Amino acid sequence: MQIDLSRKYKDLAKRAVNKKAAYGIDIDLKMYEDAAEVGNYKGLDTLPTEIKEAALLAGVDVTEKNRSGTYMQIDHSVIYNKIMASYENKIEIISVNDALEKFPEMEKYWWQAVNVDQDKYTANAELKPMHGYFIRVLPGMKIDKPIQSCLMLQENAKVQNVHNIIILEEGAEAQIITGCAIPPKVKEGLHIGISEFYIKKGAKLTFTMIHNWAEDFHVRPRSAAIVEEDATFINNYVLLKPVKSIQMFPSANLIGKNAKAQFNSILYGKEDSHIDVGSKVILTGENTAGQAVSRAIVDDNATIYARGTLIGKNDTVKAHLDCRGILASKDAVMYAIPELVADKSTHAKLSHEAAIGPIGEEEIEYLMARGLSKDEAVTLITQGFMDTKILGLPEMLENSLKEMINRTRDDTM
Amino acid sequence: MLEIKNLYAQVGNNLILKGINLNIKDGEVVILMGPNGGGKTTLLHTIMGMPKYKIIDGQILFNEIDITNLSPDERAKLGIGIMFQKPPYIRGVNLKELASIIPGHKDNKVIEENAEAIDMKDYLEREVNFGFSGGELKRSEVFQLLCQDPKLILLDEPESGVDIENISLIGKNLNKLLGKEEKIKNRVKSGIIVTHTGYILDYINANKGFILIDGKIVCEGTPNDILEEVRKYGYRRCQQCK
Repeated sequence: MQIDLSRKYKDLAKRAVNKKAAYGIDIDLKMYEDAAEVGNYKGLDTLPTEIKEAALLAGVDVTEKNRSGTYMQIDHSVIYNKIMASYENKIEIISVNDALEKFPEMEKYWWQAVNVDQDKYTANAELKPMHGYFIRVLPGMKIDKPIQSCLMLQENAKVQNVHNIIILEEGAEAQIITGCAIPPKVKEGLHIGISEFYIKKGAKLTFTMIHNWAEDFHVRPRSAAIVEEDATFINNYVLLKPVKSIQMFPSANLIGKNAKAQFNSILYGKEDSHIDVGSKVILTGENTAGQAVSRAIVDDNATIYARGTLIGKNDTVKAHLDCRGILASKDAVMYAIPELVADKSTHAKLSHEAAIGPIGEEEIEYLMARGLSKDEAVTLITQGFMDTKILGLPEMLENSLKEMINRTRDDTM
Repeated sequence: MLEIKNLYAQVGNNLILKGINLNIKDGEVVILMGPNGGGKTTLLHTIMGMPKYKIIDGQILFNEIDITNLSPDERAKLGIGIMFQKPPYIRGVNLKELASIIPGHKDNKVIEENAEAIDMKDYLEREVNFGFSGGELKRSEVFQLLCQDPKLILLDEPESGVDIENISLIGKNLNKLLGKEEKIKNRVKSGIIVTHTGYILDYINANKGFILIDGKIVCEGTPNDILEEVRKYGYRRCQQCK
């Protein structure tokens, strides 16, 4: 099955191997070698300490107590995947290669939301496939504990191409928390991650991606969701550590009546990071609604492009963009680029607000008058600005994310 | 409690306070009146140590400690608290979170009780001061001060923009804050209240009143005498005492 399907897209991919991405720094893919296979692990607690610690920083619960299932991949080896006993027959978590072997219906999902020839990165993912996860929540199943996945790179100068397929069958509900990270010794590399989401009728997915890379790491995720009638897709993205460059512009196409999508991003631009992160909501179906919220702090020599595009294709749709940034350094640069497109939809209601400014002196002084030191005041205001509440996560997950943000800030700010 | 000696302070390049001398004893509450721009708010903010207000000359002693060069948070930790006339809002931080980290480390029970007392219980999960009405802002300020529980309380027009119903609630809680529930001889907390109208005096008993014009204290008397003077003559007669 895998070979047939691949052949279908190989030609398209070959033609796009040199196609530059529309945004972001262009990367010479020849610079990055293929990663080697590594062995399997019996449980997450048996992982080497340095990997465990890096995974923790990307939101992975290594005890697995508060998770319904886990997928973990290092370089291009699937080292661990497990469904907790009470969730068997409710969810499927396997390597995407195995899914291609096992499920003939993969044809309906493989390269159907993302175009294989979008750019050289999608092409590379097709031509040099290195696993990725297949997560499916079966019809009507409401999964109370998050499913977690973790994608890691272990060796220097390596590339990781993953292709993930996430399906929420009709009426299913789940949260997926996916962390991408590297142990401290790894300094450079390239991660290409294709993620295709299919949110069927009445289903709801909250997908939270946390990135912790390194100073010389390039990251090119390519994600798209197809959202059916009465379904909801919430996509959260959190970037806390310096990265050489990241460019992504995930999209959600709301094809079904009453479908909803929400994109939330929390971005810390540190050191020389070049961050270009957008989100796109295509409001195709009747009465669909979208929201894109981003909060960015740009420090040191970092550059952040915060993009957002709302495309109204139906008269009854409504969507809003909210993009705010704080420039914390004289050498930092931030671009806020909201884009609203009313495509033959005279009654579509699309709006945006964008603001970039410093941390208000007045707020700092106000808190100081209440007895907080200047540092404490700045921390509290920053924490409030990077409001994890915007992510709409369950309390437990929000608290662990808050802790991670605090830990990262203590480390790097 | 507070001793201000020959205080000169400026905002930007404008000299606002021009030689203020003021003593406030333990347990004493004073009112400060004066025309707009006379320096009332500047005096409170200078006592609090707000960075915009630069001390050019003079000295401020708080419980015999020289606080002239201390930062606002150091002064707050020593026991000075201020109610702002126009407080800013802080997005993403809720009132309960702020109350719990204001030095003094109040436990949840005390925070809930304070919120209940000033009718702010429904606001604990709201972002600090964001979208609050005039009355809600004042109650938020009083709530924060109740949690801070300072020894010297600086109140900048506590009654402005507040309706009758709220003013009584605010008055009652300010009395609590000023330790007015204690027996007279046991009262140790002090306060300076800036007021334009004097309405707050219907709720709080003050010991003394001062009139501040053009950066100088031009008159001192009982609060009622001061209020009567201002109500009858405005600041016309006080101008002559400059």
